Amino acid sequence: MLESYVRKRLLEKGILLMTHLVVGYPSLDGCREMVRAMVEAGVDLVELQIPFSEPVADGPVILRANHGALKTGITVRTCLEFAGGLASQFPIPFLVMTYYNIPFRFGLDNFARVLSEKGLYGVIVPDLPPEEAEHHVSAMRKEGLGAVFILSPETSVSRMARITETASGFVYCVARRGVTGARTRFSPEIVSYLARCRKVSPLPIAVGFGLRERADLNFLRGKADIAVIGTETIRAMEREGADGVRAFMRGLV
Amino acid sequence: MNRKGYYGELGGMFVPEVLIRTFEELVAAFEEARDDPGFQQEYQEILSSYSCRPTPLTFARNLSEYLGGAAIYVKREDLGHTGAHKINNVMGQGLLAERMGKKRVIAETGAGQHGIATATMAARFGFQCTIYMGEVDVARQRPNVFWMEQLGAQVVSVRDGSRTLKDAMNEAFRDWATNMSDTHYVLGTASGPHPFPEMVTYFQSVIGREARAQILERAGRLPARVYACVGGGSNAMGIFSGFLHDPVELVGVEAGGKGLTSGLHASRLASGQGTVGVAQGYKTYFLQDQDGQMKGTHSIAAGLDYVGVSPILSHLRDRGRVRVEAAEDAEVLEAFSLVLRKEGLIPALESAHAFAGAFREIPEMSRQDLVIINQSGRGDKDIFTIAEALGDPGWRNFLREKAEADRA
Repeated sequence: MLESYVRKRLLEKGILLMTHLVVGYPSLDGCREMVRAMVEAGVDLVELQIPFSEPVADGPVILRANHGALKTGITVRTCLEFAGGLASQFPIPFLVMTYYNIPFRFGLDNFARVLSEKGLYGVIVPDLPPEEAEHHVSAMRKEGLGAVFILSPETSVSRMARITETASGFVYCVARRGVTGARTRFSPEIVSYLARCRKVSPLPIAVGFGLRERADLNFLRGKADIAVIGTETIRAMEREGADGVRAFMRGLV
Repeated sequence: MNRKGYYGELGGMFVPEVLIRTFEELVAAFEEARDDPGFQQEYQEILSSYSCRPTPLTFARNLSEYLGGAAIYVKREDLGHTGAHKINNVMGQGLLAERMGKKRVIAETGAGQHGIATATMAARFGFQCTIYMGEVDVARQRPNVFWMEQLGAQVVSVRDGSRTLKDAMNEAFRDWATNMSDTHYVLGTASGPHPFPEMVTYFQSVIGREARAQILERAGRLPARVYACVGGGSNAMGIFSGFLHDPVELVGVEAGGKGLTSGLHASRLASGQGTVGVAQGYKTYFLQDQDGQMKGTHSIAAGLDYVGVSPILSHLRDRGRVRVEAAEDAEVLEAFSLVLRKEGLIPALESAHAFAGAFREIPEMSRQDLVIINQSGRGDKDIFTIAEALGDPGWRNFLREKAEADRA
């Protein structure tokens, strides 16, 4: 379902745009307004992060957004309800991004079932390597949801092959080492890394970490299928609210 | 499925993809070193010539008589260089980092003991060194920060989350995810992703090996019980691993803080309030809410103030091989004072938990029984914290006068 959406959409556009927000930060209403602005600006997919107290793969901006959301007292059930509301209100696919303890504590089968009931398309779990993901993957598969896995410049080609076999929907290629937020310099090494990903992966490839502007998207055109703008979306919101997000997104696409 | 690094259902390696290769390399380097007699020799040599191994086993005659039960022996990890058992682990990992060609080491620290030990090791090996420490801990452990900086380490105060050990650990992982090619992360306790629980236990197992040989030599028989405090679990795993196959009861003592019903403690196992979850790269018992968000913890001893606990130790508890108790702050201070007065030993507040747990039970034991208490660290370095905890009026006065003199 997720993969076919991406493939279909790619027939119309050179590269798709996926954005990221942390559910409950700054507030649920604030999130809804951001999503409205994104959809109006032509965003193709949105990652909804269910906040976690230990977001180890995230840099300072998203880390603080996680803690900010949790300070409002938001629960996982509220996040899922809210995500379901967005999915029925807006015509683009929504994915859940969260750390493994959230689905693990919720119950992996239960989590997949609720995601499916809420009309969500899949899930990204940055601290869950495929070796530990057997149950998670089977639960997602059973509900027809995308289980997105991550590739990195450190990942060997043989491992990339194993990961893309486990994954569904698309694979998420982090553009560099480190955590979210810091700027990525798009270099010849990235070109050869993405070529490696492309060659190995039968699935569409998304690229994220450190993308900030139109030039980054232009660079990725033809080398990747989805550009992910995470931290910079949240920064735009922090600067100028939903209008800032709208203007920023319009400048990108 | 690869079950390496699992202890029952606990343990594992839950790390971002970008770190997988680094972990695979570390596992391989550790296994190779462990099987290399040359490495063993180098490790033993550095522990005996640079630190103080073997550390003594002290018979606590006065305490034994005072409590009137089992005879008490104290394993003196406080006499190791930098004043705690932490040195055993950092020297082992330092040798490993050198073998792996790393130029920089990073570490998390709570109380500061592991931070100081790592900074010391870095100075000795010529590594660059960055220590991550929660802002709360930086404030309450200033003397340790001073020493880390004097040793040439950069101390980064972590201002996110609960601003304690777990947040420092997250920040160290973030650094490592960026700088893994020249950096080794010296994780300080028998927790975290595989291979850390196994590797840290391995480097600390020297405590238990020595203690077993020493008590057999001194008393001619095994102890009935061995007591150790449990934060992440490294000193407990270190001493317990010497007695796992003996008829010896192993007792871990967690931080009961202000009481197990107060919400202000760090007892993941004894309280029954810890539930299995996945955070900080591994699966174990965490103090977490219904949703899986980590809770705040409290202990008078910064080194026990941790939200997770060694998966190996937890598994031993689940199997009934280790019993885990909790000691509250007030009881710990009483035990601490008793050890000073009766024996002239100064345990760290962390280690005083092991004494407190033992003192509760020793009077009920037979005079024929022996117990070993692991004094994992020394307390005299923590003078600011301990003097404050004891509410010593002379010390308070001294601080006031010192501050006034400073202002003048």
